[in-house]
Amino acid sequence: MRKIFVREEWCLGCHLCEYHCANANLGNGDMAKALKGRRINPRITVEDDGRICFAVSCRHCTEPDCKKSCISGAISVVDGVVQVDQDKCVGCYTCILACPYGTIQPNAEGHVVQKCELCLQNGCEPACVSHCPNRAIIYEQEGVSA
Amino acid sequence: MELYVHPEFEIVRNEKKCIACRVCERQCANCAHGYDADSGSMEGYDEKCVNCHRCVTLCPTKALKIVQTAHTFRPNANWSNNTIRELYLQANTGGVLLSSMGNPRPLPNYFDRILLNASQVTNPPIDPLREPMETRTYLGKKSIPLQRGAAGKLIENLTPQIALTMPLMFSAMSYGSISYNAHASLARAATELGICYNTGEGGLHRAFYRYGSNTIVQVASGRFGIHTDYLMAGAAVEIKMGQGAKPGIGGHLPGKKNVGEVARTRMTPDGSDAISPAPHHDIYSIEDLRQLVYSLKETAGNSKPIIVKIAAVHNVAAIASGVARSGADIIAIDGFRGGTGAAPTRIRDHVGIPIELALASVDTRLREEGIRDDISLVVGGSIRSAADWIKAIALGADACYIATGALLALGCHLCRSCHIGLCNWGIATQRADLVKRLNPEIGAERLVNLVKAWQHELKEVMGGMGINSVEALRGNRLMLRGVGMTQEELRVLGIEHAGS
Repeated sequence: MRKIFVREEWCLGCHLCEYHCANANLGNGDMAKALKGRRINPRITVEDDGRICFAVSCRHCTEPDCKKSCISGAISVVDGVVQVDQDKCVGCYTCILACPYGTIQPNAEGHVVQKCELCLQNGCEPACVSHCPNRAIIYEQEGVSA
Repeated sequence: MELYVHPEFEIVRNEKKCIACRVCERQCANCAHGYDADSGSMEGYDEKCVNCHRCVTLCPTKALKIVQTAHTFRPNANWSNNTIRELYLQANTGGVLLSSMGNPRPLPNYFDRILLNASQVTNPPIDPLREPMETRTYLGKKSIPLQRGAAGKLIENLTPQIALTMPLMFSAMSYGSISYNAHASLARAATELGICYNTGEGGLHRAFYRYGSNTIVQVASGRFGIHTDYLMAGAAVEIKMGQGAKPGIGGHLPGKKNVGEVARTRMTPDGSDAISPAPHHDIYSIEDLRQLVYSLKETAGNSKPIIVKIAAVHNVAAIASGVARSGADIIAIDGFRGGTGAAPTRIRDHVGIPIELALASVDTRLREEGIRDDISLVVGGSIRSAADWIKAIALGADACYIATGALLALGCHLCRSCHIGLCNWGIATQRADLVKRLNPEIGAERLVNLVKAWQHELKEVMGGMGINSVEALRGNRLMLRGVGMTQEELRVLGIEHAGS
């Protein structure tokens, strides 16, 4: 399966991935209309300490700790993609504590969690990948490059 | 604060579209954007903007545009806004004005006044998609007589040549004036395309020796980064006598750019100014030039063709004739519109002559003297499109050099601020966070696309002329006609006026 890989070498720290992620998960419409005056809650975040920067999103682990920790059976792995069923999620945030990469976050309302699901639910290639201006985020078979 | 100097550009932000994502602020190395936390909105600082379009390009909602200011002095045909502005800058600083990239002045462009021919009825055009079209080019001395051995077998006595898949090369830009990633993009693209790029005078980074067979290594007046391995690494060695953007002067890489790998590659002390003198201190005549040509040939075991690069100046034909007799295999001529990483404004804008005229007069002179086959002719200095390239070949060039066009493919937006060293596109800078903005994977891909597109266009135009080999286009001035030119211009170019 293809996964999202981040190449720190080419990450500019521009944060465009965050905005395109937010927009894709709000229906992929006009970004100005969707995000104007809103605080975004993206599923990918850029870590930046002023010297090094890189984007982080779900690694889709083969044995995900989040899935093991989920008390309501809301997290599952479907064809290698770690997914959250927000109807089953009870918002206990145990998965947020369990994820070693910090890539699960509460959704905008805070009652359930959200995470990167490779834009499968948005009907597009991962938005962070297609809008990265420097090809720092790539969507590839594991072990091909990066 | 620049006294009396008003910003040239204004940052226009469509507040309805701006989502205050702060991408513009993060991407501008000139700090022309800011974020006001109190109002939660973005601000623009016009006086810092160099109009490089980095923010405009990356803005995800297309909320930005940069416009030329409408603010003006009282209109004056003699004292233009720019003239007044430059005068104020000099009164503020007492310094020589610096500029980058090519001459922006509206001087005549002869390529634009030359039209190409096509076949009709009597000699059929050729469809390049159906029939073979040869663009392969060899640069070097061609005047060696054919010799056969005792058994009638051809004796291979040809002097070294540069083999190119098409008559085009990336011209000299030093590592230092442009970034490591820009060099990596050029080297990878040249290798994939089967053409050459040129190290410029900054030496060759050790990581790029593997692209050697597609590299021209340069020897300039500062002799930076030159050693035997370097001379042996490339496909040819180029002696740089002059540059179109700044004929008659040398170069100056400021100490703050000559750091780390750049200084190491140049074999200069870290942080020292790398100054190339105006002349080569060992060359004051054609005889001296001949000595250097043969020293380099011998050092390289007579295995590399030698290029001598000169700027197009008034008596270029006589100089070229001398160069042809110096033992050089190739002469490169750089016209007055050629680019630079930094040059005094007055020199860039007022010294030299157009490459079209220089090329025609050199080709004519070498033919008249019967030495045209002794040397290949490469020209550069603002070859902007395949049309300019084709016209240059028909005027007599064996190949063309492009650099500004190549940088545009890498993302350059011609803001002409290279000398500031804060290139937002990661090209003309050595600041690590800016250099990484140019991913050579993307850069090389875009260069390959550009050159392949030009090659297609060359084949299309040649096909239209009924020519199936670039050899038959070379120096074929019958394929050219001038429009709106004087008799004198036509005479120098050696072409007829349209309609005759």
